[in-house]
Amino acid sequence: MIFEAMLFYLFAAIMIGAALGVVFAKNPVHSVMFLVLTFFNSAILWLMAEAEFLAIVLVLVYVGAVMVLFLFVIMMLEVNVEAVKRGLTRYAPLAIAIALIMVIELIQLIWLRSQDVQVSSSFAPNPEGYDNTKALGAVLYTEHVYAFEIAAVILLLAIVAAITLTMRKRPGLKVQDIAKQVSVRAKDRIRIVKMDAEKKQ
Amino acid sequence: MIGLQHYLTLSAMLFVLSIAGIIINRRNLILLLMCIELMLLAVNFNFIAFSRYLGDETGQVFVFFILTVAAAEAAIGLAILVVLFRTRRSINVEELNRMKG
Amino acid sequence: MYSYYLTIVLAPLFAAIVAGLFGYKIGRKGAHSITIGAVGLSCVLSFYVLYRMYWGGAEPENISVYTWAVSDGLRMEVGFLVDRLTVLMMAVVTFVSFMVHIYTIGYMHDDPGYQRFFSYISLFTFSMLMLVMSNNFLQLFFGWEAVGLVSYLLIGFWFKRETAIFANLKAFLVNRVGDFGFILGIAAVVMFTGSLDYATVFGQAEEVAAQSVEVFPGSPWNAMTLICILLFIGAMGKSAQAPLHVWLPDSMEGPTPISALIHAATMVTAGIFMVARMSPLYEFSTTALAVVIVIGAITAFFMGLLGIVQNDIKRVVAYSTLSQLGYMTVALGASAYGAAIFHLMTHAFFKALLFLAAGSVIIAMHHEQDIRKMGGIRKYMPITYWTSLIGSLALIGFPGTAGFFSKDLLIEAVRDSHWHGEGAVYWIAYLSVLLGVFVTALYSFRMFFLVFHGEERMDKETRSHLHETPWVVTVPLVMLAIPSLAIGWFTVGPVLFGGFFGDAIFVEHSRDVLAHIGEHWHGPMGLLTHTWQTPVFWLAMGGLATAVYLYLLRPDLPAKIKAKVEGLYNLLDRKYYFDDLYIKGFAAWGRGIGTALWKHGDQFLIDGVLVNGTANSVGKLAGVMRQLQSGYLYTYAFAMIIGLTMFLGWLIWFR
Repeated sequence: MIFEAMLFYLFAAIMIGAALGVVFAKNPVHSVMFLVLTFFNSAILWLMAEAEFLAIVLVLVYVGAVMVLFLFVIMMLEVNVEAVKRGLTRYAPLAIAIALIMVIELIQLIWLRSQDVQVSSSFAPNPEGYDNTKALGAVLYTEHVYAFEIAAVILLLAIVAAITLTMRKRPGLKVQDIAKQVSVRAKDRIRIVKMDAEKKQ
Repeated sequence: MIGLQHYLTLSAMLFVLSIAGIIINRRNLILLLMCIELMLLAVNFNFIAFSRYLGDETGQVFVFFILTVAAAEAAIGLAILVVLFRTRRSINVEELNRMKG
Repeated sequence: MYSYYLTIVLAPLFAAIVAGLFGYKIGRKGAHSITIGAVGLSCVLSFYVLYRMYWGGAEPENISVYTWAVSDGLRMEVGFLVDRLTVLMMAVVTFVSFMVHIYTIGYMHDDPGYQRFFSYISLFTFSMLMLVMSNNFLQLFFGWEAVGLVSYLLIGFWFKRETAIFANLKAFLVNRVGDFGFILGIAAVVMFTGSLDYATVFGQAEEVAAQSVEVFPGSPWNAMTLICILLFIGAMGKSAQAPLHVWLPDSMEGPTPISALIHAATMVTAGIFMVARMSPLYEFSTTALAVVIVIGAITAFFMGLLGIVQNDIKRVVAYSTLSQLGYMTVALGASAYGAAIFHLMTHAFFKALLFLAAGSVIIAMHHEQDIRKMGGIRKYMPITYWTSLIGSLALIGFPGTAGFFSKDLLIEAVRDSHWHGEGAVYWIAYLSVLLGVFVTALYSFRMFFLVFHGEERMDKETRSHLHETPWVVTVPLVMLAIPSLAIGWFTVGPVLFGGFFGDAIFVEHSRDVLAHIGEHWHGPMGLLTHTWQTPVFWLAMGGLATAVYLYLLRPDLPAKIKAKVEGLYNLLDRKYYFDDLYIKGFAAWGRGIGTALWKHGDQFLIDGVLVNGTANSVGKLAGVMRQLQSGYLYTYAFAMIIGLTMFLGWLIWFR
């Protein structure tokens, strides 16, 4: 138990550090790398909370796809890092003030408000043979099946939208028009000219 | 031992950090998007913690959907960003005030 | 008979629609052919109905044509009540209208609004027939307003003239005052009887007369008196009784055929007809009858006086119309409804004749209407001369003419209206009608002599073109002159004493002056032979003689008299200052209120504060709000975050 707690604190510390890195890194590429680290650590923490399926999904979807997308875009755009990062200090006091208020509020909410309720004890252990993925699937495909379908449609929408937004029609691009190719007839292309055979000189 | 409050605290810290990030990184659109991802992660933490605490998988289903929508959002957001960069040659937020009233 | 009645009413309407909407398709000839044909058809059928009713012994008919609506037991219908009163009116209306239609061909010959004019007068015929044939108050009101509308349109027929527009607006507004009373009267009828139908209402007259109503707190009125006076206010507007008479002289701005048809012969008599029709109600209220007789007497005498000082040929005739309408009203007030209707009929003929003759003169004079610029026209226009002589004689009640019988008996009826007592009401009425005879003779022949006799005062240019008008003008004159001269002889006995009206007119027995006179009735010849014994005859002759002396023998005298009594002359010339009172008093007052409401109510409060004020404050607020819309993404994100923080704080600390 102590070991578990120590692991939690360790990973939590790494995650917070990584998150700080995301916010304060001067280079966006570094920011993304820190974000990846954050996601990895949170996946580990989710594993510790026995949410195995989501932990794996987080790594696969976020780290594997979304973060790569971010990285790809940043590198593709070659943004001038220095120009973008300037002005950090100017707004730092404001950020700190807001963050402080938020922190006070959240502490109030989480710690002081819940003193009379016993919530700080560890989670009740799951029953023997509990399978997180299976349990989640059982709920997802029955009770939330419509929402699930809609989520699928949203993803499709995202694909279509992203492609539509970014696709460019460049003039002079060499592409095939399959329909045209198929509908071509021989007589459109070949003209047979009758002529006399050439005489030998 | 490690319980609900620990997770909630962690999530709160993440959330506050991401808010601070949004305020500090006022110029880079990509970083804004990343901070939003971070914020969503904090929310997901809360969902998972409560789901575990209450022994109810619905919270995790929510996380699942949030991940879906966040992925879609990131894809579209980045697509918009790319288009924006193509037209304006910049992703500096301070130059994007065409909507000024 | 049902289809006959419908044809009589709808033929002019059909013609009006065709001539009005398709006037330019069918052309001038088409327009006058169709309207004259339709009105002629109405006229012939009306005479047929009259013949059937009187000589054929047909019973009165009460037909419901169409139920428009039923609301809470109140039936609103279109229906015809064709009894003896109605058929007489139908015959008069359609005959005069027919004559005027023919006459119009000549009078409006060069007018660009030819088809429009024919459409209007046919529409008028339709409206007037709807009015007189109605069997309920609602249709009566419809006809009442419809003739008012056509009158408005026709007074302003030459709408490019400022004066015409002023006159038609004036007629419209003054009639609104009368109609206000009229519709209140109808409302009172509905309130007390719960019905619009004549027969039902008349059946309940006795019960209504037994009720009282507090118009002003603390002073109970007899319900019937209230109803009758309110209805009579309507009649005052339409029949131009003082003090609502001011519109009629001004209505002479309209074309002359219209003055003849609408403002002399038919429409203005609608009020007289209405009161006669409502005789079963008026008979239950002597108070209302007293009001009627006093108003009529005032109009009869004082409006006649005004005729003496007028110089416009049409206005003289207009004031004589006012005066004669006053006579009819006096007869109504004396419960001699038959005499009123009889005078209405004869008046319709000779007054239409006088107007058309005046119109004929106006045509010949190239639309010059000032009698000071005429004179000696007799030899140029013999037919017009003789017909207008007949008209004038009939108007003053020269023995033997139609006007003689009607007016003489009317005055006799007033004299015998003993239940008005020996008090002021009786003497006002009797003296007014007696003196009115003198005045009538004076102004009629003043005009006649100034126009047709004496030296020729027109300019050379006009005189060289002066000649008799075409046959379309003279034929109606002759056609109207015949009844003006002769109709009295064979109608006076049957109409007044022969029980012509049957049940159409109800007179309470003790007040039935006509029956009283009828006891000594020895036929028209008897009346004629006794006429030299009556003051009426001598007064008329006196007026005639005065006119002869002043305008034929000593033409220099009128100017001297005028200079002597300048105060009186001014009073008459300014028409007793009624116009000044109305225009500077009521109208200015109304305009003042209107301007105040417009400036402060409309422009300032509604437009300024409410409508534009709302828009302005939204604009100003938006102007402030748009400062928040910086367009920077982070501003919005920041606002969201601050909002979230505040919301969370409220959730934690303040709830």
